[in-house]
Amino acid sequence: MSTPRLVEVRQNVLKQNDLLARSLRQRFANAGVSVVSFVSTPGAGKTALLEQTLSSLRESGLRVAALVGDLATDNDADRLARSHVPVRQITTGTVCHLDASMVEKALADWDLGSLDILFIENVGNMVCPSSYDLGENLRIVLLSTTEGEDKPLKYPTIFNTSDIAVITKMDLASVVEFDLDAARNNIQRVRPGMKTLEVSVKTGEGIIEYLDLIVSHVNQKISI
Amino acid sequence: MFAEKLHNQMHELSIAMSMVEMATEESQRLGAERVTALHLKVGLLSGVVKDALIFSYEVACAGTPLEGSKLIIEDVPVKVYCPRCSSEKELDSIQLFACPACGELTPEVLEGRELQVVAMEIEEKHAEALIA
Repeated sequence: MSTPRLVEVRQNVLKQNDLLARSLRQRFANAGVSVVSFVSTPGAGKTALLEQTLSSLRESGLRVAALVGDLATDNDADRLARSHVPVRQITTGTVCHLDASMVEKALADWDLGSLDILFIENVGNMVCPSSYDLGENLRIVLLSTTEGEDKPLKYPTIFNTSDIAVITKMDLASVVEFDLDAARNNIQRVRPGMKTLEVSVKTGEGIIEYLDLIVSHVNQKISI
Repeated sequence: MFAEKLHNQMHELSIAMSMVEMATEESQRLGAERVTALHLKVGLLSGVVKDALIFSYEVACAGTPLEGSKLIIEDVPVKVYCPRCSSEKELDSIQLFACPACGELTPEVLEGRELQVVAMEIEEKHAEALIA
């Protein structure tokens, strides 16, 4: 007859991911590359903003590249390739988020030393990516005006694990009666002190300020 | 809606599988025959949906030494540091990172991101022999 026994374990479930993310972060630091990731719902404009970001930063002389997570298609990678910078697709299949091992695998034969900034576009999802550290230095959460002002209250965790919030599609704000003050207020409720910017890729509103912010973060080599 | 739900479950499924893998290794190391329960701490800011995790856990346990085991979840509330009160405070809601006592907004999270297996209940093959 066997006897049940209680044993202490104390292990973080995501320990493997956290350890791998830490070693990636070290590798990025050694190579002198800063890593910026984007998270948002599907359709908030991650790819459009990233396309603009890659083109503009490349024109200003920075060496940039991108990894793009997507469930099934490589449409995003095709769009981003138009920016004439190295882009690699990570097709996650049925997995709803990127994790550190996918990033590591995608970077296997990349010369990180030849880059200044690497962007990572996560799978469109406001829940799952919040649990996974990818080794990035800066995590940007996007919120589009068409989604409504209350997204931060619905998904507090993703805002809380991000460093900067960018409100996209400002050109549509008046059409959808987006309440910017309420959105800013909601962001501050779930992540007090969070830097928030408003942009429109279509009209160019706020893009310069946004690019300046990224470049200044990169120059400071802020590690989160 | 369906896709969103499925996505959430997929995330919890991979988490459940990591837990089961970890517990299986640990139980083998301890020479246990079966794991009858797993005790887990889940922070409110861990990004894990409890119901989806419970559902996924059962699926992940099938065919392992954890088959039929219980998942016992302890919720960990979010604790922040309030600079005005100079003390630890528990948030009333993760939709408002403000000190419940003085109302000061604070981003400093002390607890609530945990996703940790704290203990497991095992049945040993030769319990008496091991004790002796």
